[in-house]
Amino acid sequence: MSSVDTPLVEVRSVSKSFGSAKVLDGVSLLVERGKTTSLVGESGSGKSTLARIVTGLETFDSGELLFSGAPRPRRGKAAREFRRTVGVVLQDPYDSIDPRFTVGEVVAEPLRAQKRYRAGGKERVRELLDQCGMSEVGTDAHVHRLSGGQRQRICIARALATDPDFIVCDEPTSALDVSVQAQILNLLLRLQRERGLAYLFITHDIDVVRRISDRVAVMHRGRIVESGSAHDVTQNPQDAYTQRLLSAVLGSSPHTRKLSYPYSSHTS
Amino acid sequence: MNAPSGAPSATAGGPATAAPRVIGSDVVVSDLSISYGSYCAVRDVGFEIKAGTTMALVGESGSGKSTIALAASRLLPRGTTIDSGSICVNGRDVVRMQGNELREMRGDTVAYLAQDALAALNPVVRIGRQVSEIYSVRGGDRKAVAEAKAIAALAQVNINDPERVVRMYPHQLSGGMRQRVMIAMALAFEPALLIADEPTTALDVTVQAEILQLIVDLQARNGLTCLWITHDMSVVAEMADSVTVLYGGRMLESSDVYSMFDTPRQPYTRKLLDCFASGRSAKPKEAFSAIPGSPSAHSTTTGCPFASRCDRADDVCVSETPRSVELAPDHWVACHHPLDIETEDDVKTPALAASRGGQS
Repeated sequence: MSSVDTPLVEVRSVSKSFGSAKVLDGVSLLVERGKTTSLVGESGSGKSTLARIVTGLETFDSGELLFSGAPRPRRGKAAREFRRTVGVVLQDPYDSIDPRFTVGEVVAEPLRAQKRYRAGGKERVRELLDQCGMSEVGTDAHVHRLSGGQRQRICIARALATDPDFIVCDEPTSALDVSVQAQILNLLLRLQRERGLAYLFITHDIDVVRRISDRVAVMHRGRIVESGSAHDVTQNPQDAYTQRLLSAVLGSSPHTRKLSYPYSSHTS
Repeated sequence: MNAPSGAPSATAGGPATAAPRVIGSDVVVSDLSISYGSYCAVRDVGFEIKAGTTMALVGESGSGKSTIALAASRLLPRGTTIDSGSICVNGRDVVRMQGNELREMRGDTVAYLAQDALAALNPVVRIGRQVSEIYSVRGGDRKAVAEAKAIAALAQVNINDPERVVRMYPHQLSGGMRQRVMIAMALAFEPALLIADEPTTALDVTVQAEILQLIVDLQARNGLTCLWITHDMSVVAEMADSVTVLYGGRMLESSDVYSMFDTPRQPYTRKLLDCFASGRSAKPKEAFSAIPGSPSAHSTTTGCPFASRCDRADDVCVSETPRSVELAPDHWVACHHPLDIETEDDVKTPALAASRGGQS
């Protein structure tokens, strides 16, 4: 079943309701091995719910969720092994780490949960921090003293600890300073190259989507309204909502403003 | 999604073709220093905003941009001291206001538009009462009059069916609608200065564009003076007439928006714009332009605050605080080694470097 062509993650017409609210309505999505699928859409469109379903934090009502062509194992060794292969990086690095932990404890946590820490865990943690550009901070540093960018690097190191094939990134840069966002994106791109990681990247930043994605899926009110190669979706959008989303991207300089300035002094 | 711009207003609004009014005033900030206890958040910041224009105050965390916004609206938390300087709106210093004068200033002179409209609105009070309260408390209007004015104010910000919206609670409105309500409240008494503290960062891109367009339209109609706090360079490009760049509590550069985007002179501004531009222009999977390190959390007493992250920095940058110099008309730069316009190379200041190089 798991041939080279089988996508790493396949979501097949998944639906999910919370009470009477249908949050996901027949959603299908592909993430290929070593590639990035971006999920864009407005708040409340269901993107984070889909991310939670893919990571196994949420159940779904109908449809299929396949990893390398097989459903997710529910119990036993296979389930634990499965959890190893999926990592997650969340939006707010202030929220997703216990501030009382040291850097080393944060990154070691998934290894301990997987009972892999005893055999060479210390070296593994150091190696991970090194790869994420955090070697100078040291494993004994307390997290609450670190900046947002440093915290997000630790979250990435933690996500990598169990050597996953696939990481769900839920708006990993939107809480960071502009000058730091690019550092984190560069780190994610480099790790993808080096480790053949696949990402499901949730964002509302179209500029980021254009730069990092292989595939793009656009969500609107619980449905995927358009999906395809990053180039096709961002250059030649077919769906009305996608077109609206792309046309709302603001100008790059005061010479190329997008908003209209009816009768003001704003004209150049 | 929203009412067409030509929707009939509930009041007898003037014709759209009337000569643009200017309700805003000139704003002059000079030598402003603010500290939280022993921590100095803002140091010697000064800039001017011309009546009816928008200045973007750009900076990352710890730059002091929100502190300046709070100071100008006199909302600084207890324990904060304004050590020196003034913020003059319409010729009157907001910093020194007391008692009745201060009460009148709020809303009348300076209005504040917060980032998080859901947190700014009272969750258990209907929209109508929250908006009309301004008119009854502040303007002394009777209830019926205040309510009519509230409906009119909501219509002004392109809220469809304001008669229905006044009966709703904040949680029943979308983020964009809540921000429209906030704008209506901020503009109720035609403030001389509107401070917008990242009012669109929490919104979706499509809604952000609508809200920005609304403010642009209101500004064109009313001649608002805006101080726009942001870190988003695309918002700066769209909204600003002039830009002031802050870093570590100090002002690094200030100029009109075109000079800032075309010929930034401070290395930090340059890199910030590079980060923004590379996010748009480079090819897929190519590395983004980044600035190493992170904005320092502690402000430095001497030297340039950006020195530790700047590739042009030398001993002088660490030992001497650069003074703000007018390198071109109305283009102020605080840097020992500003970028040159033509070559983007060092503007040679050997005399200065030699006289100061010995320290450190």
